[in-house]
Amino acid sequence: MKFRIYRYDPESGAKPSMRDYELDIDPQGKKVLDALIAIKDTLDESLSFRRSCREGVCGSDGVNVNGTNVLACITPLEGLKQPIEIRPLPRLGVIRDLIVDMEQFYQHYRAVKPYLINLDPEPENERPQSPEDRAELDGLWECILCGCCTTSCPSFWWNPDKFLGPAALLQGYRFIADTRDQATNERLDFLEDPYRLFRCHGIMNCVEVCPKGLNPTQAVGKIKTLLVKRAL
Amino acid sequence: MNPPMRIPKRTFDAVIIGGGGAGLRAALQLAEANLKVALISKVFPTRSHTVSAQGGITAALANVSDDNWHWHMYDTVKGSDYLGDQDAIEYMCRNAATAVYELEHMGLPFSRLDNGKIYQRPFGGQSQNYGGEQAIRTCAAADRTGHALLHTLYQRNIAARTQFFDEFFALDLIRDEAGTVLGVTALEIETGEPWLFEARATLLATGGACRVFRHSTNAHINTGDGLGMVLRAGLPLEDMEFWQFHPTGIPEVGSLISEGVRGEGGYLENKDGEKFMTRYAPNARDLASRDVVARAIAQELRAGRGCGPHGDYVHLKIEHLGAEKIKARLPGIRELSMQFAGADPITDPIPVTPTAHYMMGGIPSNMHGQVVAPVRTGPEEAVPGLYAVGECACVSVHGANRLGGNSLLDLVVFGRAAGLHMIDFLRENPIPRPLPQAEVEKSLARLARWAKPKGGETVAGLRDAMQRVMQDHCGVYRTEALLKEGIAKLDQVQARLPDAALSDHSKMFNTARLEALELENLMLIARATLVSALARTESRGAHTREDHPKRDDDQWLRHTLYFSENDQLDYKPVKLKPLTVETFQPKERTY
Repeated sequence: MKFRIYRYDPESGAKPSMRDYELDIDPQGKKVLDALIAIKDTLDESLSFRRSCREGVCGSDGVNVNGTNVLACITPLEGLKQPIEIRPLPRLGVIRDLIVDMEQFYQHYRAVKPYLINLDPEPENERPQSPEDRAELDGLWECILCGCCTTSCPSFWWNPDKFLGPAALLQGYRFIADTRDQATNERLDFLEDPYRLFRCHGIMNCVEVCPKGLNPTQAVGKIKTLLVKRAL
Repeated sequence: MNPPMRIPKRTFDAVIIGGGGAGLRAALQLAEANLKVALISKVFPTRSHTVSAQGGITAALANVSDDNWHWHMYDTVKGSDYLGDQDAIEYMCRNAATAVYELEHMGLPFSRLDNGKIYQRPFGGQSQNYGGEQAIRTCAAADRTGHALLHTLYQRNIAARTQFFDEFFALDLIRDEAGTVLGVTALEIETGEPWLFEARATLLATGGACRVFRHSTNAHINTGDGLGMVLRAGLPLEDMEFWQFHPTGIPEVGSLISEGVRGEGGYLENKDGEKFMTRYAPNARDLASRDVVARAIAQELRAGRGCGPHGDYVHLKIEHLGAEKIKARLPGIRELSMQFAGADPITDPIPVTPTAHYMMGGIPSNMHGQVVAPVRTGPEEAVPGLYAVGECACVSVHGANRLGGNSLLDLVVFGRAAGLHMIDFLRENPIPRPLPQAEVEKSLARLARWAKPKGGETVAGLRDAMQRVMQDHCGVYRTEALLKEGIAKLDQVQARLPDAALSDHSKMFNTARLEALELENLMLIARATLVSALARTESRGAHTREDHPKRDDDQWLRHTLYFSENDQLDYKPVKLKPLTVETFQPKERTY
């Protein structure tokens, strides 16, 4: 199969370029990550990318394949148009080859205080939560922080330092939606900002690319509804 | 002689290697005690392998069935095939409920029962009343409990302001002449520069090493780096012959299909459509212990009753549960099955085969997380300043076979225990000892070895050769001849290692160099495993010797200790005496 892969070596002084590879691989049942590993093992040891779980749960290997942000490890080779173009996730700085600098993304994540805030004394056993209340968290807590959504979002491209992006907003809402959390007002205060939240224009690229099938746009909509309700 | 190399140094009270569940839990304890703690991880913490744990965390909450920690303890001792240390097992089971409630208080999104309590499901090897009816003991967040646990602990550490050094690869322990551990050397992956982390207490939480096998459920990063560090420091590894083969991995790719699938009512079938577990474990059937189910599947495959064109897997069926339950309770499994086996379990059986999954052995430690070794006096002298918890450690609570759901529990119970002990140790040892520069130089020399310009071997080629040896010679069934041949083959592979060289000599984010360093660790572990397995002439738990099919308590009710120097073996007794309750005496193990 034919591949065209983004290469950047920060030590060489050379500009980034696309390099072609021809790999002898039977695509049946194989994923893009299998091809990247085979290229590294047999053709070009210097090709660099992140990977860990290789089953779509750790979020290490977000890349752009033929124009779409995906996890390399769960994207089938079969059916991809050749040469398969593999680039780093858009908009973030490239450290090397397919490895991007995720710090901006993580900063936004940390900014939403992604942890439960509950100042009541801890009970002896669990804090009860009904299955219905718990179901409000489904579609939120499963985020793997791969960055596919945020780096596909035009609003993030224009204001990467000010707009929190879909992943961080999804996590922000995950704690607002948790009946055990007591900081809804402070969380809404933080999000009520022309950039942090309101740069989301409902373009929905995030929904389209999320490898876990989550819906950050809907979460943003729910935050906006809460803000409106609060203002009334 | 060259002047000593100057490398950047950071000083902390404690340094933790590994950002999975165990490392994060320990870090939290220390950070919340206002100690200065650094957590070094070769990946961003939520990429750690804890994230892949599916079915749950076991604790006798009694939310569904009548239950108490004594029964959990009995099941764990029996599951370990009596090789587990009963003091540590009592400590773990006694503290299990508290540990789970603590996670809930931290915000872990457990699934819930109708009454609002934490959802629990049955898992293999669980019983009420010491071997009676099936217990329902494993607490779950759908089938993504590891993800929920790892993210929750990471989030709490953000709140506690733990200092993270993400994408730093630990190289070597620094020990002085008295044997005290004073910190580690580590490679900053992005820049390729070595650093020195000085600390009065060092905790290894580097996880498992199933990447020694060709087929495994483990992440690519599970290369046993902490175990390599310990062996290089002249310390032993314990019980390395015991590796769990999970009954239900997806063939070839290895992805795990949780035991929770059988806990929710799934069952195994051979090509004749027979529910064969009734023959192997008439009472517990599909929820027998993992070693029992894995051997049963292996037997079916050997007898020619496997499914598919090559007869190399069996079927795991859950269609009868219905789409709604599958989507609510097992969404992650359905995703994996569709992505990697091309089967939607709502309508099709999932193909599964036993797959290397978990390392019961590891760095010898006690229930306070202290690394213990025969140094001068007894077999269990604490190595000052060194701790180990999680899969890399051998406490030993899992003995010869781990029960499902006990691994996440092990991480948080002993992560906390180690944190508590380290706080005391740091208070009692306020003054840092002088750091021996020669040890740092030795570690840097090891790194420099990979600057060699040319060689006849590649890292990928040698890794593949090693993994094939382990897969073929140290799998579910073992014999003396098979293991001896395995050691001879591994000798050859190891002899080729000095001739290996990299073609990429860049510094920044050089993942080829990382893979070379990981291979060095894996090779040491492969050797420890084969040598330990050859010596143990009995069958116990996951270690099945066809030439010695019986458990032999007279000879082998003891732990193996392996030292790298001359492949030396030593043994120490199993701790049969619990903390407060009566000993569970070894007896025949049936399910």
